[in-house]
Amino acid sequence: MWSASYEATRSEVTVGSSAVWSLGIATFAAALVEMVEALTIVLAMGMTRSWRSTLWGVAAALVALAAFTTVAGYALTSWLPEAALQLVIGGLLLVFGLQWLRKAILRSSGRKALHDEAAIFAEQETEARSASSQVRLGLDWFSFVVSFKGVFLEGVEVVFIVITFGLNAGNVPVAVAGAVAAVVVVLALAVVLRTPLTRVPENTLKYGVGLLLATFGTFWSIEGLGIFSSDGESLAWAGGDLVLLVLLVGWLVLSRVLIAILRVPTAASRDASLEPSEV
Amino acid sequence: MRFARGFLRFWYDFLVGDDWKIAAAVGVVLAVGAGIVLSGSYDDHVLTALLALGVAAAFTTALLIDVRRSGR
Repeated sequence: MWSASYEATRSEVTVGSSAVWSLGIATFAAALVEMVEALTIVLAMGMTRSWRSTLWGVAAALVALAAFTTVAGYALTSWLPEAALQLVIGGLLLVFGLQWLRKAILRSSGRKALHDEAAIFAEQETEARSASSQVRLGLDWFSFVVSFKGVFLEGVEVVFIVITFGLNAGNVPVAVAGAVAAVVVVLALAVVLRTPLTRVPENTLKYGVGLLLATFGTFWSIEGLGIFSSDGESLAWAGGDLVLLVLLVGWLVLSRVLIAILRVPTAASRDASLEPSEV
Repeated sequence: MRFARGFLRFWYDFLVGDDWKIAAAVGVVLAVGAGIVLSGSYDDHVLTALLALGVAAAFTTALLIDVRRSGR
């Protein structure tokens, strides 16, 4: 749909095959994490309230997501010049990436509880059981609304990452394929296991995706500041696309340093570090 | 009214997230960068590198403020 204008505007920023792989892996991991979270909500609603209403909520969310994707994709590629596109979506990716990285650093340093799908499922189940029964349009409204919100909220983030990564890397099909593969994997596992996917290493995946989002977000948002120059052209990084690797290593090193500095000592390590007189 | 509030809340949560300081940090660095570019006196390679360092410094500051506050 937007391929013609997007090809015309993105031809100069197409990146190499390593970036294409990064793109596919990033969208796969991001979609996997978000879909696992959405699945937990859907399972909790379906198993405790009504599968029919829950699945209608999922279907309505998918329709809303398709509409959002169409509008957002068209608006981004039709209205914004190249540098402005890089600035807007790079800036948003940077904010998303740093939020994910912040949580990963706080979790790894012991300052925030690890993401636990089993605990979230139990919490959702309790809420579903205690909610009042309200029937609208022949549906259990609670399970319809909760599953709609869950799928739409998690899905919007995936759609945004897919659109922005796909457009900026000049390869929307790879970005879409990465996300679709994740959805297929999560659905297949859900059908087979019929429980929340607690074994998916969500915390590690979120850390990795956070690093990638921060890397690409830094690269594109700063490039896009060229929209304010007299010629409106993107700013040029020293080393071109290779600087992506430098940025990735930079964010990784900074996050490891922050984890080490902020680490909360565990009871065992505290005891071991105490002098005999202090015990 | 309830719908409008919910709509705005959704976009705030989506765009700003859990910690507004992160979004503010990114916004400040990009605004400074935009000001320098508008002034016209800069070198692309130096400015991009300095702004990347600025983003890292702003993120670190936002995180440390967060940890310090929650530690009190």
